[in-house]
Amino acid sequence: MKLNQSRAPIFQALNEYRENRIVSFDVPGHKQGKGNPELLEFLGRQCMSIDVNSMKPLDNLCHPVSVIKEAEELMADAFGAAHAFFMVNGTSSAVQAMVMSVCSRGDKIIMPRNVHRSSINALIVCGAVPVYVDPGVNKRLGIPLGMSVDAVKKAILKNPDAKAIIVNNPTYYGVCSNLREIVRLAHSAGMKVLVDEAHGTHFYFGDYMPLSAMSVGADMAAVSMHKTGGSLTQSSVLLLGKDMNPGYVRQVINLTQTTSASYLLLTSLDISRKNLALNGKAIFEKVTTLASYGKREVNKIGGLYAFSRELINGDDIFDFDPTKLSVHTRDIGLAGIEVYDILRDRFDIQIEFGDIGNILAIISVGDSMLNIERLISALSEIKRLYTKDPAGMLDHEYIEPHVVCSPQAAFYSGKVQLPLDETQGKVCAEFVMCYPPGIPILAPGELITQDALEYIKYAKAKGCNLLGAEDMNTDKLNIMKQ
Amino acid sequence: MEMWYTEEQTQNVRFSIRCDKQKYSAQSEFQRIEIFSTPEFGDILVLDDRIMMTTKDEFIYHEMITHVPMATNPDIKSVLVIGAGDGGTVKELTRYKSIERIDMVEIDRMVVDACKEFLPSVSNRLSDPRVHVYIDDGLRFVRNVENEYDLIIVDSTDPIGPGEGLFTTEFYGNCYKALKDEGILVNQHESPYYKIYARSMRQAHKKIVEFFPICKVYQAHIPTYPSGHWLFGFASKKYHPLHDLDEGAWNRLGIDTQYYNTRLHKGSFALPTYVTKQLMEGEFHS
Repeated sequence: MKLNQSRAPIFQALNEYRENRIVSFDVPGHKQGKGNPELLEFLGRQCMSIDVNSMKPLDNLCHPVSVIKEAEELMADAFGAAHAFFMVNGTSSAVQAMVMSVCSRGDKIIMPRNVHRSSINALIVCGAVPVYVDPGVNKRLGIPLGMSVDAVKKAILKNPDAKAIIVNNPTYYGVCSNLREIVRLAHSAGMKVLVDEAHGTHFYFGDYMPLSAMSVGADMAAVSMHKTGGSLTQSSVLLLGKDMNPGYVRQVINLTQTTSASYLLLTSLDISRKNLALNGKAIFEKVTTLASYGKREVNKIGGLYAFSRELINGDDIFDFDPTKLSVHTRDIGLAGIEVYDILRDRFDIQIEFGDIGNILAIISVGDSMLNIERLISALSEIKRLYTKDPAGMLDHEYIEPHVVCSPQAAFYSGKVQLPLDETQGKVCAEFVMCYPPGIPILAPGELITQDALEYIKYAKAKGCNLLGAEDMNTDKLNIMKQ
Repeated sequence: MEMWYTEEQTQNVRFSIRCDKQKYSAQSEFQRIEIFSTPEFGDILVLDDRIMMTTKDEFIYHEMITHVPMATNPDIKSVLVIGAGDGGTVKELTRYKSIERIDMVEIDRMVVDACKEFLPSVSNRLSDPRVHVYIDDGLRFVRNVENEYDLIIVDSTDPIGPGEGLFTTEFYGNCYKALKDEGILVNQHESPYYKIYARSMRQAHKKIVEFFPICKVYQAHIPTYPSGHWLFGFASKKYHPLHDLDEGAWNRLGIDTQYYNTRLHKGSFALPTYVTKQLMEGEFHS
């Protein structure tokens, strides 16, 4: 880092704005909260008084020239990127900006199928065509892993005209691919590397972390500052490597970005970046310590398996995020989603997600040993009180996709809605996913297989939150007219 | 100069005690610890702006949290005390020759050290050879224990701050597991009067009822606690605090108490109607 990271230009400008007691005849109409007393009481004056519109002293996110520009330069410096954009519509918008910056209609883009829905959404919008690389699957845990270098190599050879490749760094479960080698392969084939680092903020600041996208020369990375970096929900960062054109990327971002960016979100990015740049090493050392303690104690309970770096195999589990607390629950006869529900309903503990065989707890800058202890104790109680026979439980999370046409063609095609049971063998025209984690079971343009239907029914029976389909209950699916 | 300690018992109610001097003040890893000497209440221990005990009225709390379970089952041999860094609960327990082992688990070493130095009249029995002091999170401690104790006493702070984990379902479940088949769990059960405390009281009761076949609540009058009306939970796998009480047996022990007696023991389980109603609400919803 070359710049003075103790600065926070947006934060500073907002403080000055507040002290100047400017009379506002602009939006927002609540005028520092005076027009909405109940909201003011709930959120507080500090918060409402900086919910303001862009103006000269506060710059403009769509066309930054002063404090936002400087804050973005500090952000880029902190992450070792050539350029950084503050994003206010979540990391989903950053992922979409990445895809739309390098692909247009009909272009091929290589990606693992266990991407977040935002990547495939981008394909619906811009009309690019996915080339899926099957991620590896861990047999015991049933979870999709990273991409093996071999599989990427084959995809590149088979599709030399592809424009780019998307890599999860890490996956929701914490698995990393060999990013350095994938960047090398892609660049030598003239392809861009786009990295979904929604769960990778800490890779840039902690010691002993997996490699970050910018450190190995990737072209773009979407980083969820709000997930593990401490900023407000919905705030995020898009990072660019040296070979990207920031002016063009800004135009792409502005296609869909709000022109009324929230200064609450922007300043939260600014202050969080400062904190991470100055204290990140210590923060993530503590987070790693808490997570390792959690894993060790959970593994002592018996029946529950907190998995981590012992899984590393040099290939499709090239590295593993040490801050994740992921626990395999199937051996005590409970689906992850069942443990997730019991934790919330009986123990007042909210974790990130539970799926078919696993749960994931996010450990971050805000956690303490006392909190971790509650989670461990609750899991130990669940084991004591709820253990069942695991026979007959579904054992895999990953459904191999059969792509028939592009997501865009399927989504905008003539559609019919059919009851779930009558859809086998048809082409799906919408998404179906459990949320979280938001990885599609079916995406538009994919063949509806018996495997996929069984998975959907099982997930429903276990209480997963299924979404994506037009029918809110996922009793019916939209399929393409033949 | 006048010096007053003022506690905001609720957002709208304050309670003040004149102080002579501050004897100790420190910030530990978990909380702010203060000890004042006062003309009315003797020395008072304050954690995070809440009075924990005073040398004038501590006997009420400490006698009630110990003698009620001890008189219900005089055969108690092994006791686990959670919290109670001031040593007052342990002091009462050491008066029973029949107890063989007292394990005390306090999360904050600085509380124990401060009480040893500045509140010796309360903490002086921590040196009894039967007492083992563990500096650890109570939740973590009970998680690793199974079928070990005849009695667990939860002498905790309020459920905000380091005491929060001691008001949880996972904690009560782990206590159940740590107790033997005849085990009793007694806990500091907050107060029924002010809303915030009443909520903690109802929730604690609701959670304990899920694990123990016998769950009763008893009360005492403690001048320095919010509203002065304080409750204790009595949860048990086998013994009923009234049906199994052998008054003669306890009285023959000749333990000299200031607040507790076996008639009060029985009376303390007779709760005001509004309290019973609130507790039943919790049971009903569980």
